[in-house]
Amino acid sequence: MLTLKQVTWTAPGGSSVLKGIDLVVPDHKLVVITGPNGGGKTTLAKLISGLEKPDSGRIYLDETDITDLDVTQRARMGISYAFQQPVRFKGLTVANLLELAAGKPLSEDEACGYLVQVGLCARDYINREVNATLSGGEIKRIELATVLARHSKLSVFDEPEAGIDLWSFHNLIGVFQAMKESQSGTSVIISHQERILAIADEIVVIADGQITKQGPASEILPQLLAQESGCPQCMKKEIDFGGQPNE
Amino acid sequence: MNEITKELLRQVSDYQDGYEGAYNIRENGGCAGRKSTEHIRIDSKTDAPGLEIHILPGTKGETVSIPACVTQGGIDDIVYNDFYVGEGADVLIVAGCGVHLETGEPARHNGIHRFFLAKNSHVIYQEKHVGTGNGLGQRSIDPVTEIYLEEGSELEMDSLQLGGVDHTLRKTSGVVGKGATLIIRERILTDGEQQARTEFEVEMNGEDSSVNLISRSVARGHSYQAYRSRIVGNAPCAGHSECDAILAEEGRVDAAPELTANHQEAALIHEAAIGKIAGEQILKLRTLGLTEEEAEAKIIAGFLK
Repeated sequence: MLTLKQVTWTAPGGSSVLKGIDLVVPDHKLVVITGPNGGGKTTLAKLISGLEKPDSGRIYLDETDITDLDVTQRARMGISYAFQQPVRFKGLTVANLLELAAGKPLSEDEACGYLVQVGLCARDYINREVNATLSGGEIKRIELATVLARHSKLSVFDEPEAGIDLWSFHNLIGVFQAMKESQSGTSVIISHQERILAIADEIVVIADGQITKQGPASEILPQLLAQESGCPQCMKKEIDFGGQPNE
Repeated sequence: MNEITKELLRQVSDYQDGYEGAYNIRENGGCAGRKSTEHIRIDSKTDAPGLEIHILPGTKGETVSIPACVTQGGIDDIVYNDFYVGEGADVLIVAGCGVHLETGEPARHNGIHRFFLAKNSHVIYQEKHVGTGNGLGQRSIDPVTEIYLEEGSELEMDSLQLGGVDHTLRKTSGVVGKGATLIIRERILTDGEQQARTEFEVEMNGEDSSVNLISRSVARGHSYQAYRSRIVGNAPCAGHSECDAILAEEGRVDAAPELTANHQEAALIHEAAIGKIAGEQILKLRTLGLTEEEAEAKIIAGFLK
């Protein structure tokens, strides 16, 4: 269980981004955090993973106060973080990255297994470098595979739909659905996408640095859809999503 | 052959109490072992120190190893090795060099290698350099490589220097004929006060010739590296060079790529990037559970792999 108590964070420029977040993420749930751009969602994801430190408030993983733990320490406690813009490495291959994620050598079958889960034809990718020759959709899926390979207690995904095209996006939903069915861990997904919201157990809405709504997806999603016209930034329907139908 | 030489041989080549295929072992300027085979003949030069290596046309899948080791201070070893690769041959040539010092005296190995590839031949050329030992003397390795590629031939050169060499000046030149291909991959790591200079000069003279030059380097400590490349296209050809360098601590790198197109159908590209390891790369690996130091080591090892 992840618990945030009165967490605040101020941007380097002095603007208050998170204004006292109280949040409980129960075990084995898929929780989607949504809300307008600039509302503090990515900051929240970074605070959970340790990429940023809060100004005040505490963060707990189960009973442990992890507020002062750094990124490495939190990763070792079982927190994973999928970057919104995955990092590229000259020299490291997909297999290297998966092995680092798993924390042990992987057989080709094991490594390929993670890639198949994210919809990549594994043998084409396993020995490729994680460099600029990979398309946005490919590297995004590799990023997800590195998180799957960790078998984390808590996985945080920052806008998994960002930067990928419509064709890849359809597959992405399948990835999360399969993850929800097979993974024993908890997932927190930052997303604007209706179809990701639709597979959530719970939805949390953050606007202007505060939680404005929280509850079961069956309850919150209809409310969001009803007010969509009044708050166009909160939701992007899938049809609005840019990109070409192939890679 | 002394034990230090054997250890150096293991580090720079596939030495296991001997070699598969043809070989010549050079130790402190002398010959410590040689074997020719049915298809590969190794002879001493008559006019200068060094070897003439003839690989018969059509030789396939064989290996030639010509490692050189210097294990004493005060030696300035210079050697001229010429390779004549026959038409249609396909071989692996391994030319490692190790310098080991236990004293304050300097030592140098200067290997001048010329490759003459006949029509449609293919060579993989591996060159690995190391410096070892506790001596304070300067270890220098200054290789000169000249490559001449006839029609349809291909040479892939893999050059590796991952530490211990205090000073190196590496000059590589190539003349690429019709439909021939030259691929050079260079990886260098320098540390402490080490200096490495690399100079490439490749001329593409034949139609559909190509060159691909990939240099990756890491400069740590107070080390310094300089990279110069000149690719000249005198025919319809494709040239690509790529120079990536990672700076760590106080390391410095100077890169100067040059492209010259003397033909309308010459297509030449250069890419270069120098900088510290990107903070986000370290952060990504930390989210996988690595410490900052572990992440940096993995990134550098992968980069130079």
